[in-house]
Amino acid sequence: MSNQETNPGQDSKARADQERTLRPAVDIFEDATGITVMADMPGVPKEKLDIQVDKDSLSIGGEILLEMPAEMEPVHADVRLTRYQRSFTLSRELDTDQVEANFKDGVLILRIPKAEAHQTRKIQVRAA
Amino acid sequence: MYINMNDFGASLFDELRRLEREMNTYGWPSPIRSAPRGEYPPINIGTHANRVDVYLFLPGVDASQLDINIQQNMLSIKGERRLIAEEGASYFRRERFDGAFRRVVNLPEDVDPEQVEALYKDGVLHIAIQRKEASKPRQIQVK
Repeated sequence: MSNQETNPGQDSKARADQERTLRPAVDIFEDATGITVMADMPGVPKEKLDIQVDKDSLSIGGEILLEMPAEMEPVHADVRLTRYQRSFTLSRELDTDQVEANFKDGVLILRIPKAEAHQTRKIQVRAA
Repeated sequence: MYINMNDFGASLFDELRRLEREMNTYGWPSPIRSAPRGEYPPINIGTHANRVDVYLFLPGVDASQLDINIQQNMLSIKGERRLIAEEGASYFRRERFDGAFRRVVNLPEDVDPEQVEALYKDGVLHIAIQRKEASKPRQIQVK
């Protein structure tokens, strides 16, 4: 199962673009019927979530919107960027037309099922 | 010689993060109870003439279970986030925070502990603390 994170490598523009975004922490696991990606993107409202899936890649991102009073002076910032972005390449056995997404309290849960033919089936032995 | 660009990029990034952690970025002297940078959850703090805003990036928690306390000008936030591992699944990555956390924020001296509001929205806990009237800058009229 190839589940590689895409790496812009030597392309300096892509690298610069990558440096300006936050990398959401993710948990990724696989079971018999598909792959689940869970990503932490606190501060992103539903309408600013950005998920793109095609045949062989998945890209998740979003923009942080915080309600701040006007003329606020920042005194401490662990989070200094406002966009999350992370991409993965997908392997062919995944059925990207059937992706399900759920987003609540800054946690994205993406379910990418395997195409029927690739699902691991448990073989039941029938009693004679 | 074969070098994995990914590893190189990551280690360089970690080094920058480490340097950043060692430089104290608080606007006032570092309090004895302050945690180093890079702790969970990440915090942003902003000040304003009449209030202080604290933002904790705390996705996927039950806000009603958080323990938020203010004592004079010390704000403390305690809680936990427990992730339930999927039975029988094989994990490729496990980066999300799992466990108990605590952060203490040293606020300016003039905050009013009686006037604090906390709101949990989109996975961010926003705590707004009013500052006492006396400390707001006053316009002084020349007669």
